[in-house]
Amino acid sequence: MQVAFTVNGRPATVDAPPNTFLVHAIREHLHLTGTHVGCDTAQCGACTVHMNGRAVKSCNILVGQAAGAQITTIEGVAQPDGTMHPMQAAFKECHGLQCGFCTPGMVMSAIDLCTHHPRSSESEIRELLDGNLCRCTGYQNIVKAVQMGGEAMASGTPVKTTATA
Amino acid sequence: MGASDFSNLPHIGEALRRKEDYRFLTGAGNYTDDITLANQSHAVFVRSPHAHAVIKSVDTAEALKMPGVVGIFSGKDIEGKMGGLPCGWLINNPDGTPMKEPMHPILAINKVRYVGDHVAMVVAETVEQAKNAAEAVVVDYDVLPAVVSVADAAKKASGVTLHDEAPDNQCYKWTLGDKAAVDAVFATAAHVTKLDLVNNRLIPNPIEPRVAIGSYSRGTDDYTLYVSNQNPHVERLLMTAFVLGLPEHKVRVIAPDVGGGFGSKIFLYAEDVCLTWAAKQLNRNIKWTAERSECFLSDAHGRDHVSHAEMALDKDGKFLAMRVHTDANLGAYLSTFSTAVPTILYATLLAGQYTTPQIYVEVDAWFTNTAPVDAYRGAGRPEATYLLERLVSRCAWKMNLGQDEIRKRNFITTFPYQTPVALQYDTGDFHACMDKARVLADVDGYAQRKSASEAAGKLRGMGYSSYIEACGIAPSNIAGALGARAGLFECGEIRVHPTGSVTVFTGSHSHGQGHETTFAQVVAARLGIPVDNVDVVHGDTGRVPFGMGTYGSRSISVGGAAIMKALDKIETKAKKIAAHLMEASDADIEFANGEFTVKGTDKKIPFGQVALTAYVPHNYPLDKLEPGLNETAFYDPTNFTFPGGTYICEVEVDKQTGEVRVDRFTAVDDFGTIINPMIVEGQVHGGLVQGIGQALLENCVYDNETGQLLTGSFMDYAMPRAADFPQFKLDTVCTPCTHNPLGTKGCGEAGAIGSPPAVINAVLDALAPLGVKDFDMPASASRVWEAMQKGSGSAARDSQPQEPSLSASTQGRPVP
Repeated sequence: MQVAFTVNGRPATVDAPPNTFLVHAIREHLHLTGTHVGCDTAQCGACTVHMNGRAVKSCNILVGQAAGAQITTIEGVAQPDGTMHPMQAAFKECHGLQCGFCTPGMVMSAIDLCTHHPRSSESEIRELLDGNLCRCTGYQNIVKAVQMGGEAMASGTPVKTTATA
Repeated sequence: MGASDFSNLPHIGEALRRKEDYRFLTGAGNYTDDITLANQSHAVFVRSPHAHAVIKSVDTAEALKMPGVVGIFSGKDIEGKMGGLPCGWLINNPDGTPMKEPMHPILAINKVRYVGDHVAMVVAETVEQAKNAAEAVVVDYDVLPAVVSVADAAKKASGVTLHDEAPDNQCYKWTLGDKAAVDAVFATAAHVTKLDLVNNRLIPNPIEPRVAIGSYSRGTDDYTLYVSNQNPHVERLLMTAFVLGLPEHKVRVIAPDVGGGFGSKIFLYAEDVCLTWAAKQLNRNIKWTAERSECFLSDAHGRDHVSHAEMALDKDGKFLAMRVHTDANLGAYLSTFSTAVPTILYATLLAGQYTTPQIYVEVDAWFTNTAPVDAYRGAGRPEATYLLERLVSRCAWKMNLGQDEIRKRNFITTFPYQTPVALQYDTGDFHACMDKARVLADVDGYAQRKSASEAAGKLRGMGYSSYIEACGIAPSNIAGALGARAGLFECGEIRVHPTGSVTVFTGSHSHGQGHETTFAQVVAARLGIPVDNVDVVHGDTGRVPFGMGTYGSRSISVGGAAIMKALDKIETKAKKIAAHLMEASDADIEFANGEFTVKGTDKKIPFGQVALTAYVPHNYPLDKLEPGLNETAFYDPTNFTFPGGTYICEVEVDKQTGEVRVDRFTAVDDFGTIINPMIVEGQVHGGLVQGIGQALLENCVYDNETGQLLTGSFMDYAMPRAADFPQFKLDTVCTPCTHNPLGTKGCGEAGAIGSPPAVINAVLDALAPLGVKDFDMPASASRVWEAMQKGSGSAARDSQPQEPSLSASTQGRPVP
C-alpha cells in the first residue's frame, strides 16, 4: 500500500505492505536510521518519534496509521544548519548519553515531556521517562539533561556549553 | 613519561564534552543494523523450543519452496565442515586433568540443549520471508528431561546428562588456597560466621540487540563481518583459527558504533560464524538482527552462583581465615570466557580489602539446560564482592560491631600487599575511601533519618560495601599460566599527519565508554596539540593493527598505555628530527607544550614543523632516520590494576508492601589518575544502576522443570527505570596505579561490583527488627514482603552445618 505523510517537514511516500510498522518505514524505506529498534514491543522507547506533535513508539504503529501525519524523527530536530536543539545540546552538556543507542528516542521523549509538562520536578521527570530504557547512564545525567534542556526550551535561552574534546 | 608527570599535563582531569555525542544526538550514528549492503539478504534462526531434546529430523523441503528463500542450513550442513565455538580459558581440576570441553556447534547437531539453541538458519530476500519460511521448517524432537539449577546439577537429582563428555554434568572442580591450613584456623577460632547465598542470574540487555552482517566477495575471496561486538580482532581470531579454518588476512571484522555491551558482546556467537560462512555458500551478503526475545534467550547471561561461605575471626573481630564453596552454572555450552569467570576472576578477589591471612575456595562448575553464562559487567568480581561484603556485614552484626568498624579493623594498610589468593595489590587507601564515604553519606545524620522513617511507618537501613576489583587484565604470561588461551596486551598506533594532526588507532573498543574523547585527551596532552586535532579509530581489523578489545575495565590502563608507548616512540623520533633542524644534539632536545627546545638556549620549533619535516624531508638526516612519523606499540601490563572504594546505601522499606526504595547512595572510588571526570562519573552511574538493578529488580528465572525462560521479555524481566533511583553522591580518592604510565586503574565495572552488597546489607539492616537475618537478591517487593512475614523463621541459618550446603538455592525456580 502507498502511504503519504510528512517527515521532518518534507513530503514522503512509502510503498510498503500494510503490516509494516512505522519504524521500519522510517528506517528501511526512508533510510532515516537515527530511529532505533531496541525491543519491537513498545517497552524500551528507542524508536520514539513525534507524530502530529506527540511522542509515539514507532515500533507499535502501523504505517497506515501515519497516513497524512506530520512525523518528526531525530534527524529533523536540529536546525537546518546542524545547530542542535536545546535538548540535544543539554544531553551533550550533561553527558546524558553513552553508547547513544537509546539516545534518539530519549531525546524525542524528553522534548515531548518538556513541551507538555514544562518545568517538571526531578521526580516528575523520572516518572515521565518511564517509557524509555537506558542501560548505560543510570538515568542520572539524563534527568539532569532533561531539566537543563527543558529550562532552555521554556526560557528560550540557549544551553550554556562547555568545551568539547 | 611517568604517571605523575602525565597527570599534570593540560587536558588531564578536564571534563571535556564528548566528540562522539554530536553524531549520536542527531541520528547520525552508524550501528550495524544501520548498514545496508548491496545484494543483501536476511537471516532468521530457527531456535529450539525445548530445553533438552534429541533432534530426530529437520525437514526443510517445504520451507525451501517458500517465496524469497535463498538458502536454509541446519546441523547436518555444517557437521564435519568446521569446528565448534572455542572456549578461551582452560581450567584444570585439582588432579591436573582438564575441564570437560564438549563441542559447541554453531547449529545444533543431533541434540538441543537450551531453549533458544540454534537449530537452523533460514536466509531469504526479506526478514518477513525468512520468518515465514522459518515457521515452515519442521523439526521433530524427542524431548528429554532438563536440568536447570546448579542445585539440581550438583545433586544429580535428575539423572540427566547434557553432554556425553561430562556424564555427571560437571565441567570442572577448581580449588585455590591451603585447605588444611584454613581448616586448622577454623578449629580454634573464637568466632565463626557462616552464610549461604545465591548470586542471581542476570540478562545483560544492552539496548542495541546483537546484529551481524556476513559479507563475502567472490572476486577477492575476502570475507567481511559487520558485528555488534566489543573486540573485533579476537572475534576474527577465534572464528578463523578455531571454527572456520580461514586465514586471518582474508577476514575483516568491523564493529562500528555499538549500542552497549556490558560483556555480552565480547564473545564469539554462533550467529556470527554462521552468517560469515553462509555468505560464501550463497554468494550473498546476509544480515541478521536479533529481536529482543532472542537477546533474552541467546545472549550469554551473567552470574548464577550458589555459595556457602564461612569466616573465622578472633575475639576482636580480626579475620583469621575464610573458606568458600561455590557452585557455578555455566549453562549448556562453554561461552568464550565462561570458565574463567567463577575461578580466576572470582576467587582471586575474595581477600577484598582485608588482611585475612588464609583463604580456601572450592568451585564446582556445572552444565545445565540454560543459555550459556559468561562475563557480565564485573565478571566474577561482583560475585566475590557480594559474597565477601555480605559475610563481613554479617560478622559485624554477630559481633555487635559497626559495619564500618569491622571493615576498618581489617583493612590492608601497607602496599604492595600479597593476598593469599594470588594477587598482589600495588596501591590503595581503603581508610581514606571509607572516611570520605561516611562524610559524604552523612552517616552522622542517619539516626535522625531513621527516626523520621519510623514516624512515617517505614523501616530504614544502611548498608556498607568496601570492594576491590582486579582490572586491566592482565600480564599475558601470568594469564597464560592460569589457563588463558589468548594474549592480554593491547595495541596502539599513532599516525601523525604532515600538517600535525593525528589519527590514533586503538585495539580497545568503545561502545559507550567515550574513548574517542578520553584517548584524544591523552594524545593531545602528550603532544601539546588541540584535542580537535586528534581523532580515534577503533573497531575495525582492516584499519587497526591488532587489538584485544574492551572488557574488564581495561581500555585506558592497557589500551591507553599502548598509546602512551607509541607516543614515547613518536617523541623519540620527533626529537631527532628537531635536533637536526636546530643543529643540536638529540640529548639536548626537550619537548613540552607542543614545542621542541634546545636545553639552555632560546631555540624552539613547534610540533607541527617537525611533523611536516618528517613527510617533506628536504632538510632531514635521511642517512640515519626514516621519513614519516607513524609509530605502533604493543603494551603488556606487568600486573592487574586495583580500583577499590566504599559504597554506602540507605534504603527505606515499606512495612505494608515490602517495597524497597533506595533513598541515598554514596560511592567513593579510587580509580587512580582520572583523565575525564565527567566520563568516569557516567561510568560509575551506569555500573551502580546495573548493580542496584541486580539487588532490587533483575532476576533471570527459568522454569525448573521444563527449562523454559520465564523472564523472556521486558514485561517479565525488571529493567531499572529512571524512577527507581535517587541522584547518587559520588567522590573519588586517588592513589595512582604504580605500574602503568598513566596511573589509571579503570572505572567501567566498579559500580556493578560494589553496589549489590551495599543494597542488600541495607535491606537486612532495615529488616533486622523483624528478625530477618538473610535475604537473596533481588529485593523485590513480593520477596521482601514474604521475608517480612516469615520474620525470625529464617534466623535458623546460623545453625546450618559447616559443610557446603545447597539448601539456600532458589536458583532456577519461579518466584513464588
